[in-house]
Amino acid sequence: MFRNQYDTDVTTWSPAGRLFQVEYAMEAVKQGSAAIGLRSKTHIVLGCVNKANSELSSHQKKIFKVDDHIGVAIAGLTADGRVLSRYMRNECINYSFTYESPLPVGRLVVQLADKAQVCTQRSWKRPYGVGLLVAGLDESGAHLYYNCPSGNYFEYQAFAIGSRSQAAKTYLERRFENFADSSRDDLVKDALMAIRETLQGETLKSSICTVAVVGVGESFHILDQETVQQMINAFDIVGEQEGPAAEPDAAAGQEAAVDQGGSTGEGAAPMDI
Amino acid sequence: MNFMASKQPENSLLGPEADSQRTLYPYVTGTSVVALKYKDGILMAADMGGSYGSTLRYKSVERMKPIGKHSLLGASGEISDFQEILHYLDELILYDNMWDDGNSLGPKEVHNYLTRVMYNRRNKFNPLWNSLVLGGVKNGQKYLGTVSMIGVNFEDNHVATGFGNHLARPILRQEWHENLSFEDGVRLLEKCMRVLLYRDRSAINKLQIAKITEEGMTISQPYSLKTYWEFSAFANPAQGAVGSW
Repeated sequence: MFRNQYDTDVTTWSPAGRLFQVEYAMEAVKQGSAAIGLRSKTHIVLGCVNKANSELSSHQKKIFKVDDHIGVAIAGLTADGRVLSRYMRNECINYSFTYESPLPVGRLVVQLADKAQVCTQRSWKRPYGVGLLVAGLDESGAHLYYNCPSGNYFEYQAFAIGSRSQAAKTYLERRFENFADSSRDDLVKDALMAIRETLQGETLKSSICTVAVVGVGESFHILDQETVQQMINAFDIVGEQEGPAAEPDAAAGQEAAVDQGGSTGEGAAPMDI
Repeated sequence: MNFMASKQPENSLLGPEADSQRTLYPYVTGTSVVALKYKDGILMAADMGGSYGSTLRYKSVERMKPIGKHSLLGASGEISDFQEILHYLDELILYDNMWDDGNSLGPKEVHNYLTRVMYNRRNKFNPLWNSLVLGGVKNGQKYLGTVSMIGVNFEDNHVATGFGNHLARPILRQEWHENLSFEDGVRLLEKCMRVLLYRDRSAINKLQIAKITEEGMTISQPYSLKTYWEFSAFANPAQGAVGSW
């Protein structure tokens, strides 16, 4: 993307009908480290790559528990992600307090999307520079949503965001038809494999990734490092060669049963409806 | 000597002028509501009286109403406050439906919402002068709860308001059991309502019984209970204990 005279304000349309500031915000998501999510009928697994800045520092937290039945993985400006997680936690806790019942994830996602949209229509604000993979349960089962800075949200069977996410998406695209009936453990294995794809040859170990699970009868929780390392060893993922990561192409992310689809082509506006 | 006399903030509801802006006492009231869980859902009974003090002024007041698809609300106490609550719930259900997704508020959620409303009003010294009974079925789960005007709330297999707590609950404690049939449930409720009719001076002999199951809510046409006034104790009430007036 190149600089142009329509990209200074979020409230300025380009002649081609684009809001460049919003698109730039979505670029910020692509620069963040990868996060992936996949779901079956009863469980959702979120995973992310956690690279520490240096050996001395700890890594950034990119997966947040929002409520017992909802969790989120972020990519992009982690500060924005933290603020949005706090908003989501607030909404969940207020709903729980009033209704003694968990907030359906489908409703939380809409509220989040509406909040993001506001920032695309006020001259004194800027869009949130973070993409969120929201995993949660509601009356109709397990759901995985992707919320982007444009204020759009999509439901997915499996998805990946952030840098080198295309490699993970290709892996998921090949396997997603089986996810609906996968067992919880197979789902975690697939998540680890997808994370491995984004590492491009680097050894997968539990110190550089984080995995979280939520499902029917299982509260959202982040798996501890030992468990993850055991799973990596057990599945012998480190040694497995699935072939070189696919060339990044203009293929769209996969979606299961959705009204809206998102395509991330080089030339097309990212937020077509 | 008057140091640091505490002054109410201008918009508080305490203080003489503010009495016109908050509920001090009820005017038109409904008496007991009784409800129980049975095999397929909830059965609830309430008479159709609206008393104005000691006058039985209104005799066709419907004190039980359906809420959304899954719940049934019965109220005793101030009728106008009940109507206000129905208005709040109307809006609540409307917004719930506007989401147009597969989720809906069930009886548990409505009950807790009402608890919040009643308790918050009580804290502002401006209560909704009602005792509410909220029952319903959702996804096969039966739910029956109650909230009072001060926000006391709980769930149980059978609940009642007002006089019903003193006259009907003991009967229910003895005779209620799991998986009552519809006929047995109605019989049990009628037994409770008959006692209330004999002994509660604000009860009238015109009642409705409402049923809510997974399929939906139905409410009976108003009807009367058969009563017997020829008990010898009624014929000569002062026999055992001569009163002073």
